[in-house]
Amino acid sequence: MTGHLRSVDELGVDGLTELLDLTDHMAEICARPIPKVPALRGRTVVSLFYEDSTRTRLSFETAARRLSADTMNFSVGSSSVNKGESLRDTNETISAMGVDAIVVRHGSSGVPWQIAQWTPASVINAGDGWHEHPTQALLDCYTIRQELGRGFDGVHVGIVGDVKHSRVARSDVRALALLGARVTLVGPPTLLPPSLAGWPVDVSHDLDDVVPKLDVCYLLRMQLERQEQALVPSLREYTARYGLTLDRVARLPDHALVMHPGPMNRGVEIAPEVASLPRAVVTKQVTNGVAVRMAVLYRLLGSGVEL
Amino acid sequence: MSTIVLKGGEVLDGGGRRRADVVVSDGAIAVVGADLDADVVLDAAGCVVAPGLVDLHTHLRQPGREEAETVETGSRAAALGGFTAVVAMPNTEPAIDDASSVRELHALARTALCDVEVAGAITVGRAGERLTPMAEMAELGVRLFTDDGTGVQDARLMRRALEYAGGIGVTLAQHCEDAALASGGHMHEGEWSSRLGMPGQPAEAEELMVMRDIALSRLTGARVHLQHLSTAGSVAMVRAARAEGLAVTAEATPHHFTLTDASCAGFDPVFKVNPPLRTDADVAAVKAGLADGTLDAIATDHAPHAPHLKEQPFDQAPPGMLGLETALALALTELDLSLDEIIGLLSWRPAAIAGIADRHGGRIEPGRPANLCVIDPAAVWVVDPDRLASRARNTPYAGRKLTGRVRHTLWRGEAVVIDGEAQR
Repeated sequence: MTGHLRSVDELGVDGLTELLDLTDHMAEICARPIPKVPALRGRTVVSLFYEDSTRTRLSFETAARRLSADTMNFSVGSSSVNKGESLRDTNETISAMGVDAIVVRHGSSGVPWQIAQWTPASVINAGDGWHEHPTQALLDCYTIRQELGRGFDGVHVGIVGDVKHSRVARSDVRALALLGARVTLVGPPTLLPPSLAGWPVDVSHDLDDVVPKLDVCYLLRMQLERQEQALVPSLREYTARYGLTLDRVARLPDHALVMHPGPMNRGVEIAPEVASLPRAVVTKQVTNGVAVRMAVLYRLLGSGVEL
Repeated sequence: MSTIVLKGGEVLDGGGRRRADVVVSDGAIAVVGADLDADVVLDAAGCVVAPGLVDLHTHLRQPGREEAETVETGSRAAALGGFTAVVAMPNTEPAIDDASSVRELHALARTALCDVEVAGAITVGRAGERLTPMAEMAELGVRLFTDDGTGVQDARLMRRALEYAGGIGVTLAQHCEDAALASGGHMHEGEWSSRLGMPGQPAEAEELMVMRDIALSRLTGARVHLQHLSTAGSVAMVRAARAEGLAVTAEATPHHFTLTDASCAGFDPVFKVNPPLRTDADVAAVKAGLADGTLDAIATDHAPHAPHLKEQPFDQAPPGMLGLETALALALTELDLSLDEIIGLLSWRPAAIAGIADRHGGRIEPGRPANLCVIDPAAVWVVDPDRLASRARNTPYAGRKLTGRVRHTLWRGEAVVIDGEAQR
C-alpha cells in the first residue's frame, strides 16, 4: 500500500480505527525484550525537519528502526537548504537517492502537499505550520482510548489554550470528532481561530465552568512570544484564567486525564505539581507515540506480511 | 505602409454596434463601411471589431525582475489578450519614482507590442514617507500615480498627495490595505484560513483604507482611483461615495470575480494574491458592482512571478497571478453582462481613468488612431500555462475552459496579433 499521511482527513473514521487497532500490535512489539521486527527491512525513511523538534523526530526514527527500516536524517541546519536550496530541489534530491517515506516538519502550513508533487515517496506530515500534526492526533486518541478504557462516544475533551496557532489542536479536533468524541475549545478569543465555521466543537472562554464536565483536559503549549503580539496582556494573566492549577485539577472528575503534547511550560499552562500527578499521562503519550508511528509507517510502507 | 481591412465583422464601440468593414492606413482608421478592400485582408466574420482594451493595472517587472517578465514579453501577452495599452505599475526595482526612471521605462517600451503607460510612485521608493516629483513625471506623460503593492499608510501624507496631484491634473490610485491589520496575512481571513492554519488578513484591512480614502477625497475634492477592490464592504462604500457625487473610481480584477479563498485549500501558491481571494459573497458583490457601474473597470493586476518563487511554501511565496491573456475571456465566460458592457469595462472606461481616451477606447471612426481588437465571442479554448506568452507561468486557470478569444489586435495600425498569433 502506498500513499501519504498529511491530514487526519485522509484517514477517515475507518482509517483512524484501523490504525489505532494496529497500534495495539505495535505496542506489544515494543514491550518485547527485543523490540524489533523485520517488517520494513530494506525500506528507507528520511526525516526532513525544517523546524526544530526533538521528540517527534526521535519518535519517528525509533519507530522506523523497530520495524527494521533504514533511517536518514536530513538536518536542515547543516544542509544545502542553508545555502538557499528550494523545497523542490531538496525533495527531488532526496528522492533521487531512493527513499520510501519522507517525514516532514515545516513551519509553513501546506508544505507536505507541495512536496508530494515532487517525490514518489510517501509523505508523512510531522507538523506543518499551524495546520496539522496527524500522528500527534493518533497518539492522543490512542492514549485516551487506552487510559479511559472505553470508546469515544460521549467522551468530552477540553482543548485549552492557544488553539489559533496550534496544529495539534486542528488535528485533534478532526480526529476526535471523527471518532465521536465531544470537543470544547477553551481560551481567550485572541487565541482561537478567527472563524470556527464548520468546526464540530463548542467554545468557552471560561475554564472554571468547563473543568467539572471534562473527561480529558488537554493543555496546549503557550508560546511565550504571544504576549508580545498583544494576544494576551501577560503570561501571569493567562495562567490565572487558563492555567491548570491544583485548584482546577481538584474540580476535574476523578477519572479525568490531563494531557499535553509537550514540551510543557511548567508554571504557565500547567502547574508544576499537576504535571506530576498520576492522571497526567504526558509520558504515556510519548511512549504511545512510537507505537502509533510504527503503525503509520507499516500501513504506508509495509507489504502486509511478516508482522 | 500597407493598408489593412478588418472584413466581415460587427463594429462595437461606445456608440453601439453596426455591421461594417474597417480599413486602417498609416496608423489610423481610414474608412468604415460596407464591402471595403485593402492590401491585407484580416477576416472578422463572426467577430466583433472593438476598440483595443486598456489595462489599468499591469506589472511588467522591468527593471529589476526580468526573470518574471519584460516589457517585451508582457506587452506581447497584452496584445494577445486584446490590449493596446497597459498601465505599468511602478513597483519595479528600483521603483519608478523620478523622471529618469520614467525615461528608462519609455526606452524599454520601444520593444513593446502595445502602448506602455507609465504609472509613477506617490512616494519616493514607495516607502510612504516623502512625495515623488509628480509634476516632473507628469511632464513626461505620467497620468496615474500609485504606490501599488502597498497603500500609503499615513493619512496626512495621503491628504497632501491628493491635494498636490489635484493641482497638476493627475490621478492617484490606491492599493487599499491597512498594513498593520493585514500584517502577516497570506490569504483572506475567515473560514478557510482558520481551517488551513494559514495566517489571514481580514476584509476590513482593505475596507479601512477604502473608507479613509473616500473621506480624503471628500476633504480635498481630489480624484482617487481605488485599485483591485475585492470585498463586498468596499463595493458598498464606493457605491455610496458615487451616490454622494465624490470623484472616486474603482477597478476589479478577473480573479476577484471568478475565484474564492476555497481555492487555497490545496496550498498551491499560484492562488496567493494580494488582495487575497475572498468569499462567495464577495465575488457576488464584485459582480454586482461591475453590473451596476459602481466599479468602472476590469483591471488584470497581471503579476508574473518566476516559477521557483511560486514553488516556495505558501506563506513565503510572493503574491500575484497572470491576467493579461485570460481577462477578456473570463469576463465573457463568467459575467452576466452584454458584450458591449464588458468591452466598456475593459476599454473606454479604463481609458478615461488612465487619461488616454484620446488614443484608446474611442469611437471606431475615420481619423481615429487604429488601436483595435477583433474578438471571436464564441471561440472555446482551454488555458494552457505553457502556451502563454508571458515569461512566467503563474496562471490560476490552468485547464479551465473559457469562451471568447482575441483573434486579431491592431496597435497604431500594425497587426501585432493575427489569428491568435503574435506577429513579433
